Amino acid sequence: MGEIKTPDKLKPESVAEAAIPSLYADRQRVYPKAVFGKIRSVKWAVLILCLALYYLVPWLRWDRGPGMPDQAVLVDMTNARLFFFWIEIWPQEIYFLTGALILGAFALFAVSSLFGRLWCGFTCPQTVWTDLFMFVERWIEGDRNARMKLDAGPRNGIYWARKIAKHGAWALIAAATGGAWIMYFNDAPTITRQFFTGEAGVMVYFFFALFAGFTYLLAGWAREQVCTYMCPWPRFQAAMLDENSLVVTYHDWRGEPRGKAKAEGVGDCVDCAACLHVCPTGVDIRDGQQLECIGCGLCIDACDSVMGKLGRPKGLVAFETLKNLSASAAAAAALPPGPERQQAGMAARRVPRFIRPRTIMYASALAVVALVMLGAFLMRSTLDVTVLRDRAPLFVRLSDGGIRNAYTVKIVNKTRDEAPLTLTLEAPAGLRLTVQDVEAIGEGRYALSRRGDGITQYRVFITAPAGARLGESTPVTFRLLDSAGRPATSQSSVFLGPKP
Amino acid sequence: MPTKIEKDSLSGQNTTGHEWDGLKELNTPLPKWWLWTFYACIAFSLVWVVIYPALPIPGATGTSGWIAREAVVRDVQEAEARMAPMMNRLRAATPAQIAADPEMRAFAMAGGRGAFANNCAGCHGAGGQGALGGFPSLADDEWIWGGSLDAIHQTITHGVRANESDDQRQSMMPRFLADGVLTRPQVNDVAEHVLSLTNRATDQASAGRGAELYADNCASCHGEKGEGNRDLGAPRLSDQVWLYGGDKAAIVQSIAKARAGVMPSWGKRLDPAIINMLTVYVHSLGGGE
Repeated sequence: MGEIKTPDKLKPESVAEAAIPSLYADRQRVYPKAVFGKIRSVKWAVLILCLALYYLVPWLRWDRGPGMPDQAVLVDMTNARLFFFWIEIWPQEIYFLTGALILGAFALFAVSSLFGRLWCGFTCPQTVWTDLFMFVERWIEGDRNARMKLDAGPRNGIYWARKIAKHGAWALIAAATGGAWIMYFNDAPTITRQFFTGEAGVMVYFFFALFAGFTYLLAGWAREQVCTYMCPWPRFQAAMLDENSLVVTYHDWRGEPRGKAKAEGVGDCVDCAACLHVCPTGVDIRDGQQLECIGCGLCIDACDSVMGKLGRPKGLVAFETLKNLSASAAAAAALPPGPERQQAGMAARRVPRFIRPRTIMYASALAVVALVMLGAFLMRSTLDVTVLRDRAPLFVRLSDGGIRNAYTVKIVNKTRDEAPLTLTLEAPAGLRLTVQDVEAIGEGRYALSRRGDGITQYRVFITAPAGARLGESTPVTFRLLDSAGRPATSQSSVFLGPKP
Repeated sequence: MPTKIEKDSLSGQNTTGHEWDGLKELNTPLPKWWLWTFYACIAFSLVWVVIYPALPIPGATGTSGWIAREAVVRDVQEAEARMAPMMNRLRAATPAQIAADPEMRAFAMAGGRGAFANNCAGCHGAGGQGALGGFPSLADDEWIWGGSLDAIHQTITHGVRANESDDQRQSMMPRFLADGVLTRPQVNDVAEHVLSLTNRATDQASAGRGAELYADNCASCHGEKGEGNRDLGAPRLSDQVWLYGGDKAAIVQSIAKARAGVMPSWGKRLDPAIINMLTVYVHSLGGGE
């Protein structure tokens, strides 16, 4: 101490005098007001579509023949299969899921760079379920003012009746959400019956409770705090946005200075706070771009209806690029508030540049991943053969001096076709193929039956006659031919012998 | 030792009283949630010690009476109960019936693999490859006592020369030199003749002399041309599989002092169902007939 100067405000004496503010801020409750308009209608449509998909898809049926589940979309954990309509994914093909997730990520990046936070504002489950919960809340407790009054008022019978009704309704929706989740992993009609008769497994009840509980917690209680504090996406989505992305913006060049509708020399914003009151995250869009804004656009509807009533042009708050915003601001800067300023500003706007390096990059990445996925899917094998060479012993010396190797051949059949396949060996002359417990149908040819949708295992031997001049390791190829004699699949291995 | 504890005006906390080169350290208490979790853990552990056998005293059980060993026994019993229907079927069936039934065969192969690793692999090797010095390979096509399912079953059940079962595989090769049946040169001649059976004799004259000695002393069990006799457990001498080594020194040793490998009678040690599983498994190793 001593030589280093400490700013006055950090000196202990001065701090001790001033009250130290707490670093903890209580949550400001948000009471979003009902709003009507074009964007609200789109949001309702998206909400109904998303929820209908989520709740109803498990009930779609898809005939796969006898002995197979007839649920269109099913993650069958017990049998390690993923069914999606006509597609059946085995565990070793889980990269299709990875590919789908990568595809989703790039689609999200592309959409964000073009249209801003469409995902956050319209389709994110947090937004969709919160919207639904708010709708129920508004229906039971009334709109913004009524709810604020209720919460501020006495804890009387009406208060408790409404609260219980609201939380009961929320709990029902949450239960339906958890209930739909378990249907994706079990046959929907069966699990529904088992669920209510208590026959379902512990894990089923656990995941039901997990998803129901978190739906209630996140959509009922946490709401915008999930977006603001928990979700990582808002933190790095700024990297996808630029001045050409459409974002929800307030046209300050037109709205400022704010003032009463009939006042002279003021902008179009009448400071009615309608935009603030309808915001589900409680932000003021007039403060500019901010992390908490999920881009749902409800403030646009709110402002448009006010502007409509005042007979002023709509679009004071709108989906707009930051580039257009500054162009409008520059064009309108010299003009006084009024229709002329509004027209000059609007005239300066240009069609957003949708095609730009960033979007081209995202689109190409999206196309490449989609093509790779499509290629992988089209070339996806429905029949595989794996050959496991015996390691103990590496080879067996036979009584006539011959050498024999043993292999386990597994036929992986992803279809329900059970037609037998012919196993042949491609190897230097002299090596002879035999299959345990299977009679040859020709010279070195064996008809192997296979299970549909399963793995069939055979024990196979290759024998070299005494004195065969083979090295320590000889490459061999096992080939499976279909009933028409065409090569179906093959697998190479080696034939081992003693050092020559 | 703390020297000067003082109150920090910024945070309102005491310092620890230590000072290092002018740096002091705040004695900030642990967060309340952490402390309460800690106390809850202590309370939980006390309850645990009472309920479960947590004290290192022999015979100590908690009030619940739960013992890890009994839990294992219970788990084993549950597993056995689960397997019982199949084990009963395997016990009642013959090895041939098991091999023909896909369900029983799959169970027997899996169980046989485990039983083989536990009981047989020590001598016969992990894959039944055997070992030089009297441990026959079970994966090749040479069998001393027979490689059919029934022969394998008989050998496993009753053993070889272990004197544990009346039905054991029994035979005894004479110790030709040690018991004075043959002289040392005669043993050499017989060895040359045995080598000649696989065209490896180096002294044709000696081999010729040995032929007569072989016919008199050996052929009754090993066959005139060394083809062996499975009823007597006399190995084939005209092939390339040698249990104790096929060079001349090993053959001389075998003639002079004889060989008599031993295998325990597993019928006395293992469940008949497991013997059946082992039979099917060994038969599948590559040599089954």
